[in-house]
Amino acid sequence: MKTFNYHTPKDVKEASKLASTSSAFLAGGMTTIPSIKLGLATYKDIIDIKSIKKLSGIKVSGKSVTIGATTKHAEVAASKEVQKTIPALAKLAGNIGDAQVRNRGTIGGSISNNDPSACYPSACMALNAVIHTNSRKIPAEKFFTGMFETALKKGELVEAVEFQVPEKADYQKHPNPASRYAIIGVFVAKHKKEVNVAVTGAKSCVYIDKDLSKKLSSSFSSSVIEGMKVDDSEMNSDMHASSEYRANLVSLYAKKAVEAC
Amino acid sequence: MASLVGSRVERKEDGRFLQGKGRYTADINIANQTYAIFVRSPHARAKIKSVDTSKALKSSGVVGVLTGKEIAEDKIGGLIAGWAIRSEDGSEMKVPANPPLAKDVANFVGEPIAVVFAETLDEAKEGAEKVKVDYKVLKAVVDPADAMKSEAIHDGVDKNLCYDWLLGDRKAVDEAFAKADKIIKVDLINNRLVPNAMEPRACVVDYNTASEEITLYTTSQNPHLSRLVMSAFGGVAPENKLRVVAPDVGGGFGSKINVYNEEIVCSWASKKIERPIKWVAERTESFLTDTHGRDHVTHAELAVTKEGKFLGFKNETIANLGAYARVFGTVTPTYLFGPCATGVYVIPAAYSNVKAVYTNTAPVDAYRGAGRPEATYTIERLVEKAAMELGIDKTEIRMRNFPTEFPFKQTLVHTVDSGDYVAGLEKAKQMADYAGFEARRKKSEANGKLRGIGVSSYFEACGIAPSAAVMSLGCGVGLWESAEVRFNPTGQISVFTGAHSHGQSHQTTFAQIAADELGVPMENIDVVHGDTDKGTFGMGTYGSRSLTVGGIAIVNACKKIVAKGKRVAAKMLEVNEDEIEFKDGEFVALKSNKKKTIGEIAFACYLPGQRDEMKSPIPEGDEPGLIESSFFDPANFSFPAGSHICEVEIDPETGNVKVEKYTAVDDFGRIVNPMIVEGQVHGGIAQGIGQALHENTQYDETGQLMTASYMDYTMPRADNFPEFNLGFTCTHATSNPLGVKGCGEAGAIASPPTVMNAVIDALGGQEISMPATAEKVWKACKTLKKSNAKAA
Ligand SMILES: Cc1cc2nc3c(=O)[nH]c(=O)nc-3n(C[C@H](O)[C@H](O)[C@H](O)COP(=O)(O)OP(=O)(O)OC[C@H]3O[C@@H](n4cnc5c(N)ncnc54)[C@H](O)[C@@H]3O)c2cc1C
Repeated sequence: MKTFNYHTPKDVKEASKLASTSSAFLAGGMTTIPSIKLGLATYKDIIDIKSIKKLSGIKVSGKSVTIGATTKHAEVAASKEVQKTIPALAKLAGNIGDAQVRNRGTIGGSISNNDPSACYPSACMALNAVIHTNSRKIPAEKFFTGMFETALKKGELVEAVEFQVPEKADYQKHPNPASRYAIIGVFVAKHKKEVNVAVTGAKSCVYIDKDLSKKLSSSFSSSVIEGMKVDDSEMNSDMHASSEYRANLVSLYAKKAVEAC
Repeated sequence: MASLVGSRVERKEDGRFLQGKGRYTADINIANQTYAIFVRSPHARAKIKSVDTSKALKSSGVVGVLTGKEIAEDKIGGLIAGWAIRSEDGSEMKVPANPPLAKDVANFVGEPIAVVFAETLDEAKEGAEKVKVDYKVLKAVVDPADAMKSEAIHDGVDKNLCYDWLLGDRKAVDEAFAKADKIIKVDLINNRLVPNAMEPRACVVDYNTASEEITLYTTSQNPHLSRLVMSAFGGVAPENKLRVVAPDVGGGFGSKINVYNEEIVCSWASKKIERPIKWVAERTESFLTDTHGRDHVTHAELAVTKEGKFLGFKNETIANLGAYARVFGTVTPTYLFGPCATGVYVIPAAYSNVKAVYTNTAPVDAYRGAGRPEATYTIERLVEKAAMELGIDKTEIRMRNFPTEFPFKQTLVHTVDSGDYVAGLEKAKQMADYAGFEARRKKSEANGKLRGIGVSSYFEACGIAPSAAVMSLGCGVGLWESAEVRFNPTGQISVFTGAHSHGQSHQTTFAQIAADELGVPMENIDVVHGDTDKGTFGMGTYGSRSLTVGGIAIVNACKKIVAKGKRVAAKMLEVNEDEIEFKDGEFVALKSNKKKTIGEIAFACYLPGQRDEMKSPIPEGDEPGLIESSFFDPANFSFPAGSHICEVEIDPETGNVKVEKYTAVDDFGRIVNPMIVEGQVHGGIAQGIGQALHENTQYDETGQLMTASYMDYTMPRADNFPEFNLGFTCTHATSNPLGVKGCGEAGAIASPPTVMNAVIDALGGQEISMPATAEKVWKACKTLKKSNAKAA
């Protein structure tokens, strides 16, 4: 591992000020540390944000659940309040990676990294989340801009993610057998006026499947999407799954999610 | 005194390991040590045009940089193939040179080219990045099936063919096939596996400039053998100036049999730079450079009668050796594979033909089961397919072809001393509720799932030892094992063994057998292994040989101790030797009932002379002390056998395969510690299920390893397994006094075909290759649905 400067800023302002083009924030470190060790990334400055108290914690109001950026997956999974208001979100967090990863990985790190097979981005999309940063509020559909890319600017820090509480929701995932990331993850959320079907793992970036969402908005029943063909032309094809298989899983897991709602 | 052999004694090792007190090679640090980083080839096949070390040598903290040029100049020998295999035409196998640091050409991704030593690990890494290697990239040969048609990668190895080996009688097989009602055929791929020991390889070398002795701490399954190879073939140091210590070793599975480039290079270099050296593999290096396992492409046929009698068997296999032939690389796909490929059956005519080829991939060598999993997979897929095609129950067809008498002269090489294959299969059927399967299948079907059941009956030849046998097969050395039992004056005992424990629990098992022989509490016994400075030469641990060979050497050495003890006791008790009985640690004079404990005898042996009597207890012709050693070279291999039954349930929508039930019934002869044996079986089955459903090593067409980390290489985890249902039958081995058989590999040998037979059963007989991943199974389910629809 190449040497770097390690900072522990007291607050968001200081953290943001330390940021540069050769720095990284350190939240759970579940992505950052392996990338450094494997020589995939080198940083001059590592800015550890874990001790900034303000960034951690869960707040629930009638309409929304707000989760601080450094809140760990295990904390979301175990939260009685999340389990009560958006059980699908607790379930999603509880199925990320393995126990070690869940005890360190954070929601802020997950969405800022925007791995194409990460779970949280699909929840953000389906639950009309708003990403609070130290300078603005970004709606989820504007936040995830591409493979490992987000709307975050240099020095911009995610402070919290605010999810809209749906009427019903469920998350279904077909894990990669090796890493247990999502080969396919489908988050279905039924809101008062619309249904969102967000898909992760399938393409270079999380997206809303418009066809599935539309069908389910008209009638929230698994029978309306039963056997629905999903276009696989833009889907990932790699040694773990072909695009054809992924497309099959998208429609299948959407159905499973609706049935589990 | 109750016998310890046969009881579930808790592992002596556990307290230490569970408290983090294990001492592994990477835990060892030597004052003033340097850190080594190897510069490795990023290409699968490339000419090395030049290696420029000048920038690296100037890099901060770098102490030295060495390349293939220097190691060649110092005439350090390369890595060796331990077994000479002859081709069918009588020619010797072709083995290319395998220098510890490649000088002219690199033949697989990860092959070491140069090494950098520095004051810190980071500085060594920096330095390694500054070594400039100029490569001319050549087209790599990756697929074993194409290797013979591709350009030769080694000079003098035509068609990339190491050997074209035949065991058996082609003519007899042709005659048998001519008489058959049906020929069953399979085309199989035995997928390449990465052993993935929990502890990556490592070495620490300490060169003593005064005594000129090299001490090598290393992750080895056989430290004595390592020393021999490094001294005799590597020319690193004379044997008496080379000490090899394999301290706690965290798993090997065969991958730590070999003497590796890094150990040779660091040992040689430590003398050159006159500094201690530490090298610890990173996980990626393990994936790239540990010897891999399996990798066969097989076409096999079984000639059968309508009644399901087996008449003949043929096996045409291409075995991938990878870039170089290593210690067990050439024997694994021949003598460890071919003879066992006829399985537990009476088959009058058979042959196995194996073409071993070189490719630009990591070397392939022994991996848990070594050759026998491949053999069992071949025959057990055929047998299962025969049952299906003939419409005979899959257990019935096996029963019809089991031998009924023992010793059983197996078709190709082995004479199996003991066994009862019928009893094993009957017991497995009963434990697995084989009769109730149809009801369970219907229930799964009602839930939209496909359920399948698979059987496999196996035997294997292990206890890799008998010198006469293995030497006639081409092994470079006989493979006996040694032991020394050393009584200390105060009655504590050190048992030295040439076997090595890297998860096998020798501390416990060996202490149990020695305690029984000597009639002393187990706590008095310490089992010592893994250090060439302690104990006599030994061959190490692999091929399920530790107990059946090494354990017996301990028994025999103990028997010598008791024999001497009897002579001493007779003199002390003033009776004839034949009037002494040894029981429960006491030598008893039968008539007078006077006795001496074995501890008292030991004390007397070391401190001869009894007060007032002024006479020595040591009989004439005996020497003081109580130390005995034994070298055991058994008359035959050990032949464990058994039947396993697996049930899987498939979700046709996703292709997910769930192992619902797994039953294993094994015959390991007498069992010393059932708990430890069950652990061995569990581990083996887990690895076998891993091979069948999860693990796959994929190189792309340029020879880059695609699955070089746990993000991509699927290691099975606890939640991939059901509770294993284990049972045992027992026929004693006749080739050793304890009646024990090897148990370390059986699980990994029997389970891949058991699982695959179940998967294929669920898929209505459709062939599918290992690993049966969800996507492959999903595709097969779609085909099944189509053909079912057509039929309806
Ligand atoms: C073996 C394994 C399995 C996994 N399985 C899954 C899975 O099944 N599903 C899943 O969704 N994920 C999975 N993950 C990812 C994991 O859950 C983490 O969410 C992810 O690694 C990043 O989170 P982190 O907190 O560790 O971030 P870090 O590694 O600390 O940071 C990652 C990146 O985000 C940036 N960053 C971190 N916090 C902020 C912030 N507040 N504002 C702005 N930028 C920030 C950092 O600068 C860095 O670039 C897995 C990871 C591993 C190692």
